[in-house]
Amino acid sequence: MINSAHAGTLESSDVYIQINPIEGDKVEIDLSSSVAELYDDMIEELIRDTLKEMNISGVHINVQDKGALDFVIKARLQTAVFRACETKPTWGGTQNEV
Amino acid sequence: MKFRRSMLFVPGSNTAMVCSAFVYKPDTVMFDLEDSVALSEKDSARVMVHHALQHFTYKDIETAVRVNPLDSIFGHLDLEAVVTAGTDIVRLPKTDTVKDVLDMQDAIEKIELKIGRTKKTKLLAAIESAEGVINAVDIARCSPRLMGIALGAEDFVRDLRTQRTKEGTELTAARSQILLAARAAKIQAFDSVFSDVRDKEGFIKEVNYIKGLGFDGKSLINPNQISVLHNIYAPSEKSIDWAYEVIEAAEHAKKNGLGVVSIDGKMVDAPIIARAEFTLELAKASGLIGVDDE
Repeated sequence: MINSAHAGTLESSDVYIQINPIEGDKVEIDLSSSVAELYDDMIEELIRDTLKEMNISGVHINVQDKGALDFVIKARLQTAVFRACETKPTWGGTQNEV
Repeated sequence: MKFRRSMLFVPGSNTAMVCSAFVYKPDTVMFDLEDSVALSEKDSARVMVHHALQHFTYKDIETAVRVNPLDSIFGHLDLEAVVTAGTDIVRLPKTDTVKDVLDMQDAIEKIELKIGRTKKTKLLAAIESAEGVINAVDIARCSPRLMGIALGAEDFVRDLRTQRTKEGTELTAARSQILLAARAAKIQAFDSVFSDVRDKEGFIKEVNYIKGLGFDGKSLINPNQISVLHNIYAPSEKSIDWAYEVIEAAEHAKKNGLGVVSIDGKMVDAPIIARAEFTLELAKASGLIGVDDE
């Protein structure tokens, strides 16, 4: 069971993400974005993939995007989840990059 | 030789800056997880920087991260996040002793071993206290991972119980000691930030001064300072012409088995040739000559 939590800001290039626990194992996403018409499918896919990687379900995610890059959305979502679960990340690392 | 004239501080909690810093083409982007990040956002900045380091926009630019001290609750978490993400350099916060560097080195080695990273993370030590300045020579020589030492002037003047001035007389001893220590250890030396971003004239004066002392570069806090600094560090047309002449004369001497040559009556020996090569490398880094011009 996780708590409610949020991460990010409403400043340009950022995204504000609020995560709330819900009954069951669904993932509900409410998305409003300054670039929604062009990228809403990609943003939603990124959010679902990231939650899957983190083994998170049974949540409602509210996303207010202000033109954030993909890595920013992922970082903000992960931070919100870590805060909600009161856990810290364990990074796998990039192997032998040059 | 890797030129590091400009090392741009980017607060890890400032998303817009994290996303755009590479555009300004500093020699090194230095993400900050320490002083510029509020306690409440230490976690989010750490995750943000972890991902930024791996983003393609930072693939072709050198990256450094200033982490929190290892004896804080954030230090080891920061280190894990940035070493696993492949940062080129870890900038130590306040470095007072050799032990500070060796502790950081040990912690990094453990992470690299765990993830199987073969590329060794470099270290940059920030000297920010009287004790650090006194120990600068030992610090500069203590680790093969250390690529440079840097002056952190704000904390240093507080430790000295004085304040920063435009003249910078309060930093004279520290700058000299750090520069000499770095040169003796054959690593790079970096000057502190110039905080008043509106004072362009003062910034130009300070960059000319620290360049004259011999510093390799300077930490910056505003992207607008980058091109100004690069222009000051760029060699003049006259010195580029001189460097070409020296290299040509040296090559001619080598080809013809001559021991020493002279230009305009001045002997061209190894230190002169090294200076000419450095000038051409710097001209290349400054975009004044291309690779084909050599």
